[in-house]
Amino acid sequence: MRFMMIVKGTTDSEAGTPPSPELLEAMQKYNEELVKAGVLLAADGLQPTSAGIRISYPEPGGKPKVVDGPFAEAKEIIAGYTLIEVKSREEAIEWALRMPDPHGFGQGEIELRQVFEPHDLTSEPEALAGQAALRKQLDERRRP
Amino acid sequence: MNRPSARRTVDAIWRIEAPKLIAALTRMVRDVGLAEDLAQDAMVVALERWPETGIPDNPGAWLMTVAKRRAIDWIRRNRQRDDKYAELARVSELISEDDMDKALDGEVGDDLLRLVFMTCHPALSREARVALTLRLLCGLTTEEIARSFLTSEPTVAQRIVRAKKTLNAERSSFEMPSGEELAERLSAVLEVVYLMFNEGYAATSGEHWVRPLLCQEALRLGRILAELAPREPEVHGLVALMEIQASRLRTRVGDQGEPVLLLDQDRAQWDRLLIRRGLAALERCRKLGRPLGPYALQAAIAACHAEAPASEETNWIRIAALYEALSRQAPSPIVELNRAVAVAMAFGPAYGLQIVDEIAGLSALENYHLLPSVRGELLRKLGRYGEARLEFERAAAMTRNVREQELLCARAAECDARSSD
Repeated sequence: MRFMMIVKGTTDSEAGTPPSPELLEAMQKYNEELVKAGVLLAADGLQPTSAGIRISYPEPGGKPKVVDGPFAEAKEIIAGYTLIEVKSREEAIEWALRMPDPHGFGQGEIELRQVFEPHDLTSEPEALAGQAALRKQLDERRRP
Repeated sequence: MNRPSARRTVDAIWRIEAPKLIAALTRMVRDVGLAEDLAQDAMVVALERWPETGIPDNPGAWLMTVAKRRAIDWIRRNRQRDDKYAELARVSELISEDDMDKALDGEVGDDLLRLVFMTCHPALSREARVALTLRLLCGLTTEEIARSFLTSEPTVAQRIVRAKKTLNAERSSFEMPSGEELAERLSAVLEVVYLMFNEGYAATSGEHWVRPLLCQEALRLGRILAELAPREPEVHGLVALMEIQASRLRTRVGDQGEPVLLLDQDRAQWDRLLIRRGLAALERCRKLGRPLGPYALQAAIAACHAEAPASEETNWIRIAALYEALSRQAPSPIVELNRAVAVAMAFGPAYGLQIVDEIAGLSALENYHLLPSVRGELLRKLGRYGEARLEFERAAAMTRNVREQELLCARAAECDARSSD
């Protein structure tokens, strides 16, 4: 199963201040550990929201509204992500707990989210049964 | 932390730390079974203590310390009984615990690689290699391994016990192979990993939903190996092959459970992330500047399909050339048959048929239903419907897969209708 560790933005990441050499080193070491354990799928850092735009649809069916960055509330902002593939939720939590505090200054925040997946790479009977039931429901609804 | 959640957390930590623990301990005690027992003892201690104390900041180092103390105790206790341990005890008394800490907490990569070579040792049967690798390197339980191979738990347990005994009899089993032996041993390791992958891959078309676990474990192991032996092109070749094949897992089976052929698969559903990883692994392999080996060639063929936006845009000329290179490196009738298909797609069915006819008489393909099936398809394309029908009927009689049989019979009937036009 895949999990995404989402690193939230901070005043530093939004200002474009690069992380300290110590933090960079710790992050690099952590990523190497993920690679050596064979669990890392992808990892990227994002540029500050000042370089981004936001598209919203305030009116259903209406035209999109485009707003240039930067955006306020740093905690709502994603500064980077790490995608891993592991065998259990607990394993994902264990890896997430090992990630270094991504910013320091009391602002570091990591969110761990599970990725939706078709049954192929899952081996959990409950999840599979759930999906099978869902598929059946959908099939029944499709029938005239 | 309550106990059930402690159990699950400790299991997760076991999966992350066990291979490193077992590898380092095996180097200390020269007995992989004992090393696993010592590591497990340390986990039992953790399971007792952690619910009270919380999980330590560095659980791996914590476990290593506990296991290491037990290992030293064990060595000292047993030195009188066995020459092998007398020697180890002498060594362990000469060095301080600090030295031991450094040796154990530092770079365990080499130990891990030695452990992989050990679990894939030529003295073991193929089944034993796979079971032992899944147990010691992937941290799977005996039950999980048994479920994955649709066999019983006692069978797997016995297989593992016997394998450990065999390895203990082989005194040099934990040494790092070198020179010519390295190449041979490495190819045995890659074979085990690919066997694991295929076992899972082949099963995904059935009802055995548990077996994709094997694909995942094989991929993970391959990715680990790529870091342990980064200078070996075939390791990257195998990783590339598995990543790209895994990218198609979700499109290989249709809604009714029927197998969907590569060219009929919905390419929008292919996992782009895995394709990208596969292509990157292939690039890493190429950058080493050595001729592509069999895994890398198969990966390059898989990459051709992955890179084609639609099946009609497949670069068949390149695929045919890659199959030719593959048939020179690892000649087999199956590779020839695949080459025939690629040549037919690239240059026309008549050329493909020529290759098929050259291998048609081989006894190795006597019961291989894809031979008449491919031959039938080529004859059909050439408008030789009567002959094509006979081949499809032969193929239908040979396959044990009911859905495939239906498909082949339909083809035969279609040819029959055409030939009487």
